[in-house]
Amino acid sequence: MANDVYVIGVDMIKFGKFPDRTVPSLGAEAALLALDDAGLTIQDMQALYCGNLMEANAMVGQRVLQEIGQTGIPVVNCANACATGATAFREAWIAIKAGIYDVVLAVGVEKMAGAGLLGGGRKRKGIPTEGLLGSGTMPAVFGEAGMEHSRKYGTTFEQFAKVSVKNHHHSTLNPKARYQIETPLDEVMGAEMIAYPNTKLMCSVNVDGSAAAVLCSEEKMRQLGGSRAVKVTASALTSDRWTERDLTMPDVSTCTREAAKAAYEMAGCGPEDLDLVELHDCFATAEILHYENLGLCGDGEAGRMINEGEAQLGGRIPVNVSGGLLSKGHPLGATGIANVYEVCTQLRGEAGARQVDDARIGLTHVIGLGSACAIHVFEKQ
Amino acid sequence: MSTSPSPLLPAVPHLIIPESEEPYLQGSRCGQCEAVFVGTRNVCSACGARDQMTPFALANEGELYVFSIVHRSFPGIEVPYVSAVVDLDGGGTVKGNLIGIEPDPEKIKMGMRVKTVFEKTDRKDAEGNEYLAYFFQPA
Repeated sequence: MANDVYVIGVDMIKFGKFPDRTVPSLGAEAALLALDDAGLTIQDMQALYCGNLMEANAMVGQRVLQEIGQTGIPVVNCANACATGATAFREAWIAIKAGIYDVVLAVGVEKMAGAGLLGGGRKRKGIPTEGLLGSGTMPAVFGEAGMEHSRKYGTTFEQFAKVSVKNHHHSTLNPKARYQIETPLDEVMGAEMIAYPNTKLMCSVNVDGSAAAVLCSEEKMRQLGGSRAVKVTASALTSDRWTERDLTMPDVSTCTREAAKAAYEMAGCGPEDLDLVELHDCFATAEILHYENLGLCGDGEAGRMINEGEAQLGGRIPVNVSGGLLSKGHPLGATGIANVYEVCTQLRGEAGARQVDDARIGLTHVIGLGSACAIHVFEKQ
Repeated sequence: MSTSPSPLLPAVPHLIIPESEEPYLQGSRCGQCEAVFVGTRNVCSACGARDQMTPFALANEGELYVFSIVHRSFPGIEVPYVSAVVDLDGGGTVKGNLIGIEPDPEKIKMGMRVKTVFEKTDRKDAEGNEYLAYFFQPA
């Protein structure tokens, strides 16, 4: 296919809490790491696509360049809820795919350590409706999404909790995750209930973080002798098609299913060909839905899949071996590119203790509520 | 001179408070594809039809579709509360607090019948205006 796109450099900072750092400085750090990984400099970059949500009105991409090199290149700042980083990555992919540039940089960055409860607090005229007309808080919204699965298939609180046990375990093998702490099932289930069925340990971690990737054309990749280059075989982005309850109860499944279908078609593969998946486990309940939405198992089989350990490292299809949003952390603008880092690192065979054996094809997935779903598929060369 | 209490304002625009009749929730239906929306609108986002939307009163009864029990909320908001997604009879899905039942996942049954009730809330706006809200309770 014309204009195949490759990732030739990718990295992330260890997610954490950096009260003394600015958003651009965190973005700059990841950008330099990714450039080093590619063996290139900012002078080689023809454009920058920057993902950041919470300072979306504040020219974060330009401010990153003001820290590492003001070369005058075009900068596009992207905001797309939790799909922000993946959207910036996709814009970079589109530019190469279109043949406009040969090599570009994508950066995702967010500062949100200690941000607390998200959603439900939107300012409106009159009186606040949170807790009066139900809840718009994210743990409750995704709690309700989980209960829909429970209603259809009998999925239990314990099965949802097992997702957290797995992802926290994976994060003990990832030095760049926010936490490296085992959380046994009784601890997950016994943690403070935030919004049933999500306990505190079943909610993603608000952290500061950044990640960046250098993307290039096939020709450029060959010029550079990219033996560690990873091919981007699909990029898909959807919004929320109208479904019966979507405007009251955000439907994260339909947009994921449509993006997955488009991505598998573009990549010329199916879920059975995947060696690992980094999916949007913003809450433990969400991961269960996405096993089915991404076709990793049949409808109604996600509960069995988590029970039987199929999604853990060493299982049939390892999911979120990075620790996922639940333990690696979820800095909104950085999350999508951090997923790309994990999959590329695995496909390069450089994932150390959490390496998936013979990983050849991997998929990344994020959902921005409101809604945006971005899926990318990567293949080892 | 007698002072009549100032009228209650609706907590959300789709709560209609007629002068001499019972309050109700307003929905609208698309004449082309029959999609039902909460509140009013000009264009159908299901099929894109323009000027086909007809407002109607949503039913006061329906079925609990799903719920969550919120134990952690923002400062000043009393917990726990049950956030309920309700499918109203005849179309329309509305979110609200489910009251009149213990906030216990063992007690709340998805699929149970619920009805809409309208009550004054303690919440006032900055000008001191008082508001009418809606709740769901087991039917």
